Amino acid sequence: MSEVLIVPTMAEMLAQGKQPEVLFWVGCAGSFDDRAKKITKAFVRILNRANVPFAVLGTEESCTGDPAKRAGNEFLFQMQAMMNIEVLNAYEAKKIVTACPHCFNTLKNEYPELGGQYEVVHHTEFLKSLLDDGRLTIEGGQFKGKRITFHDPCYLGRANKVYEAPRDLIQKLDSELVEMKRSRANGLCCGAGGAQMFKDAEPGDKEVNVLRTEDALETTPEIIATGCPFCNTMMTDGIKNKEKEGDVKVMDIAELIANAQDL
Amino acid sequence: MNYLDNIIFAVLLVLGFGYFFINIKKISRNINLGKAVDRTDNSNIRWKNMAMIALGQSKMVKRPIAGILHIIVYVGFVIINIELLEIIIDGLFGTHRIFSSLGTLYGVLIGSFEILAFLVLVAVTVFWIRRNVIKLKRFINPDLKGFPKNDANYILYFEMVLMTLFLVMNATDVHFQLSNSGNVISQFIAPIFTGISDNSLHLIERTAWWLHISGILIFLNYLYFSKHLHILLAFPNTYFADLNPLGQLDNLEAVTKEVKLMMDPNADPYATPPEGDVHVKFGASDVQDLNWVQLLNAYTCTECGRCTSVCPANQTGKKLSPRKIMMDTRDRLEEVGKNIDTNKGLFIPDNKSLLNDYITPEELWACTSCNACVEECPISISPLSIIIDMRRYLVMEQSAAPMPLNAMMTNVENNGAPWQYNQQDRLNWKNEI
Ligand code: SF4
Ligand code: SF4
Repeated sequence: MSEVLIVPTMAEMLAQGKQPEVLFWVGCAGSFDDRAKKITKAFVRILNRANVPFAVLGTEESCTGDPAKRAGNEFLFQMQAMMNIEVLNAYEAKKIVTACPHCFNTLKNEYPELGGQYEVVHHTEFLKSLLDDGRLTIEGGQFKGKRITFHDPCYLGRANKVYEAPRDLIQKLDSELVEMKRSRANGLCCGAGGAQMFKDAEPGDKEVNVLRTEDALETTPEIIATGCPFCNTMMTDGIKNKEKEGDVKVMDIAELIANAQDL
Repeated sequence: MNYLDNIIFAVLLVLGFGYFFINIKKISRNINLGKAVDRTDNSNIRWKNMAMIALGQSKMVKRPIAGILHIIVYVGFVIINIELLEIIIDGLFGTHRIFSSLGTLYGVLIGSFEILAFLVLVAVTVFWIRRNVIKLKRFINPDLKGFPKNDANYILYFEMVLMTLFLVMNATDVHFQLSNSGNVISQFIAPIFTGISDNSLHLIERTAWWLHISGILIFLNYLYFSKHLHILLAFPNTYFADLNPLGQLDNLEAVTKEVKLMMDPNADPYATPPEGDVHVKFGASDVQDLNWVQLLNAYTCTECGRCTSVCPANQTGKKLSPRKIMMDTRDRLEEVGKNIDTNKGLFIPDNKSLLNDYITPEELWACTSCNACVEECPISISPLSIIIDMRRYLVMEQSAAPMPLNAMMTNVENNGAPWQYNQQDRLNWKNEI
């Protein structure tokens, strides 16, 4: 991986009088969390390979306000939203792609009423469209024949009914997609949403992520695939809890595709 | 001629329906204690949802056994009540089986009622077994202690008795049995009564008839006190449900106004607020702070517990149960309603509220906002929307978020991220290996 990532910012684009095809909204986890940064980079490698003219906001990006809103702080959410909308509108952003279902949901559903109207897609949908348009080819590579189970992120699945794009991509890897007993609309939460990621769980007899990891392990997968940096953390922790790190990997769809092409 | 029967019948009918309407008016007044929310848009989609979800029971069959049995009871209930029309006419005018002049058609009608009545008996018995013998987890969950637990059984007994009365009434009707048309099920019950004089038979038939109609009127009036209100309210409830994607929470308008003012460089921060600008409460601590659809949700909830059985917090032993959120909201709303009744139309503060007295912050903070409960509810109720509104109150009015969440929010405010990183470092990943 000696190859340098090409990551133009919107400001640079504007200086050259250019408008990217799509704005990549990286999100807080994608920007700062060590594990999630790997997902960000994998996605950028694919974008670079497919020659997609994209740009990021870079230091002008700020939290969408999702965790604040779900925690009940509507003020903070709307302040974040209005600030972000001001920046996005100044760059005349039209289409946004993001690898975080929480950013995706907020930008897509909650920003329009506050003045931010964009076409927002999740990175699995975007990758699927690249594939359909013949701009990206996917080969199985190291994942050929591997047992992969997909954990539906609540904010991608139930919240926005995106169930097929990630599955289509997994199947393109010639791997064996195994479904958990609860999947799609019946999927069980990983335990991170609604600002739970940032606090301790209330007293109970189990952690939600452990319960969900048990669902996943029942399918005896080699890989648990997700499409959300928070689900990724939760499932990774769950696997550690079950001492299965040696047998099962937790990977984002973008990583699967990037690794399959040796990107 | 003796008109006593007809008069008693008419009085019974007026009392039965009259009391029912009084209670319905009370419910509608209570629901209107909620805040306004506009659900007049997209009426085509709304009618369609109502037809599919309430009438067509599309979400019930997600759990096939309960779903199919429920459809039998429901169809039986609706269709057998066509009989009610005949009973009312007979009762008021002293006729007997007025529609029997329809001939074969009558036989077909009554025949299908009898089959349905039998199927309902079977279904209701299975329901009873599921609750009391197999003890499915969602039916023995502590949310359902006391009345709610008995309520479900009472209804099952009611159904059993009503259906039995209907069949006995047919079995002991000598004319009807002789005509041998439509007595598909009752012909097998009739032999039980052989050897009894015609007079006694007639007496049994009349008793069953009177008990049947009285039972129906009692059932109608019992609805108000019971989770069985859903057989009526499921219709408006599915019609007025939120049509937005499940992930979308509403943006509080009052907040938008204030935030716009704060961000407007030309606004004068010291300007006195315009007259009549009273502080609007953010979020909900009591039922009057919720919107009317949320209150309608509370009255509609059937306490089936499907929501709770899929809730990740509940499954991992946390106190949160979305069903309990709905039951608490209804119980508190009933309490507020009674307060208004006893105080001649005015609510006198009773030092209680939905928050704390019914729903604790611990329950509210356990929610992951995963929407499993909303997806699962067979009649489009959203426990999540109430949870979020109550969190809003805790955070914006009381600054009572759990400490780590306060830290997260401070970070968002200062650094534009939920963690303590500097916004200037947001693109650093690009150059890291
Ligand atoms: S949204 Fe909250 S209450 Fe509903 S199922 Fe998920 S965690 Fe439970
Ligand atoms: S909210 Fe819906 S799913 Fe939950 S108990 Fe009530 S009716 Fe059943």
